[in-house]
Amino acid sequence: MFEFVSGPLVWLAFIVFAGGCAYRLGWMFVTARKDRVVYPYMSLKYGLRSLLHWIVPFASVNMRKHPVMTVVTFLFHICLIATPVLLTAHVVMLREAIGLSWWTLPPLAADIMTIMVLIGGVFFIARRIRLPEVRNVTDYSDYLLIAVVLAPFATGFIAHHQFFAYKTMVILHIVTGVLWLIAIPFTRLAHMLYFVFTRMYMGSEFGFVRNARDW
Amino acid sequence: MVKDPGLDETIKKLTPQQIEKTINQVLKGEGARMKAYLTTCVHCGLCSEACHTFLSRDRDPNFSPVGKVKNTLWEMVKRKGKVDAEFIKNAARIVYTECGVCRRCSMYCPFGIDIAYMLLVVRRMLNLLNVVPAYLQDTTNSHAATMNQMWVQQDEWIDTLQWQEEEAQMEMAKARIPLDKEGAEVMYSVIAPEPKILAQLLSYMSQIMTVAGVDWTMPATDGWDNSNMAMYSGDFETMARVERLHYDTALRLKVKKIVMGECGHAFRGGAYDGPKWLSWRFPPVPLIHAIEWYYELLTTGRIKIIKKFKEPVTVQDPCNTVRGKGLHHQLRYIMNEMCEDFRDVDPRFEHNYCCMAGGGTINCGPPWTKSRAVSNRVKAEQLKATGAKYVVTPCHNCHSGIEQIISFYKLGMHTKFIADILIESIEKPQHLLA
Repeated sequence: MFEFVSGPLVWLAFIVFAGGCAYRLGWMFVTARKDRVVYPYMSLKYGLRSLLHWIVPFASVNMRKHPVMTVVTFLFHICLIATPVLLTAHVVMLREAIGLSWWTLPPLAADIMTIMVLIGGVFFIARRIRLPEVRNVTDYSDYLLIAVVLAPFATGFIAHHQFFAYKTMVILHIVTGVLWLIAIPFTRLAHMLYFVFTRMYMGSEFGFVRNARDW
Repeated sequence: MVKDPGLDETIKKLTPQQIEKTINQVLKGEGARMKAYLTTCVHCGLCSEACHTFLSRDRDPNFSPVGKVKNTLWEMVKRKGKVDAEFIKNAARIVYTECGVCRRCSMYCPFGIDIAYMLLVVRRMLNLLNVVPAYLQDTTNSHAATMNQMWVQQDEWIDTLQWQEEEAQMEMAKARIPLDKEGAEVMYSVIAPEPKILAQLLSYMSQIMTVAGVDWTMPATDGWDNSNMAMYSGDFETMARVERLHYDTALRLKVKKIVMGECGHAFRGGAYDGPKWLSWRFPPVPLIHAIEWYYELLTTGRIKIIKKFKEPVTVQDPCNTVRGKGLHHQLRYIMNEMCEDFRDVDPRFEHNYCCMAGGGTINCGPPWTKSRAVSNRVKAEQLKATGAKYVVTPCHNCHSGIEQIISFYKLGMHTKFIADILIESIEKPQHLLA
């Protein structure tokens, strides 16, 4: 069981993830050609200008209006991506499999970052329940998506610290991690892929066509 | 709910098949942007803060931008177009009367999702189903039949221009309104409310052009009105006919540029939506808004301010010339030049609140006036906080809409166009008067 999930299943997940992402982006690039405005108005300069204002904390008016949300969002997303990529256990497995390796996080940092992801997820759930304007547009799929994202972090944390049922937890960790990876291109988690382009397009339209700012 | 025959009567004629077919046909035509926006939105609700209707109605979640999308487009997509006539009526109320497509929300969405565009796609569906507020549809019909928004006939048009030329000559003997002059530097275009109800603005422009010594003209044929309510009702075919005729007229007169009056949506139609539908990247003849024109005349010294306006005055940044063209600094320059006591608004520039009259909302007519005013309490509070007595609104929709808000909330203020103040402030050389 462990051999299967940590071997072929993981490779399959990476292939589906990479293929899915390539498909979604390729679809967008091709379909956007038919749109009257996307390519004619896309501007690298204004697109990047807008993107910069939205990937730097507090660089936009709306981020300053919601300071707690801004801090949590940035920490959550940074930890969400950096932790699995820089985790010692992951890098060791990768080195054994294909001989590639890179710098890894000290164990304490990895623990703290994992907890940040979990806190962020809980914060997002609480926000969905608490704020009427968010609750109004929330359905079960929004909670499901957060659960899919949090699950590998929770199971990984439990497995690493060997709190209980170590073997089961490791398997659960890998299975939920696989689910998370393949969910990215096929659910609203695809905002990871599309965000850059939707933001850059809006920045281009505002900057290049309308001579205005969009942050 | 407000009674509007454009919604109440038209939905009675709809069949479920027609609704389903129309919705799916429009959705199918929308490509990468729509799909990317629907997939990217994580339902975070951060756009809410942008919307004056949400803020004005005590943060009612159904009035947030994403709430409006949820109650219209999301349901249509989710049910694959299988929605009933009552749903269509409610969708029409939301997209036509509760959203001014001012695009403030695109600046608050972390992903830059163009929510106004999504609601305009819903308007397109409703237009194809003939479910459009009656007053707005009447304006669109006027565009289709007469190429201007207020059923002004060609003889009435010429007659009005000549009348206003005479009015101008009462003040300034040398003033003219040159009709159909080929090869002029500037074609001046206005929207139909000017000849119809605000004719004095034509006389003001005639005097300003005369003082500045501009080689200008106005068309004697259809093609003079570049306002475009069809753009907002979702009748893009009529929108395109209006825009094409407007540019055809400028090309026929071989003018170097088009200067247009103080109107925002007309500017949007000419600068953006029209060219986009006609597959032009940019307009074939340069088009500038009155704000840019007055700025140019003032900074080059072609007109000079000699008597500043004394009363405290504030300003409205119209969505289509500020978020739509970044003219807020030029507008401030003009305000400071012509007013002694200019009091700025907060928030301002691109972040200014919508007037809740643009985007076709005021054209939905008297049935919706109260609902519109209730939806823009924040505008009343914003204006009141300036302590000004006058609001300069370089846009016809802002002008009428804000006047209504002022009266609804009893702010004791009045709206003015730039030209209203400019005509009293500029130097009128003696040799032109005689």
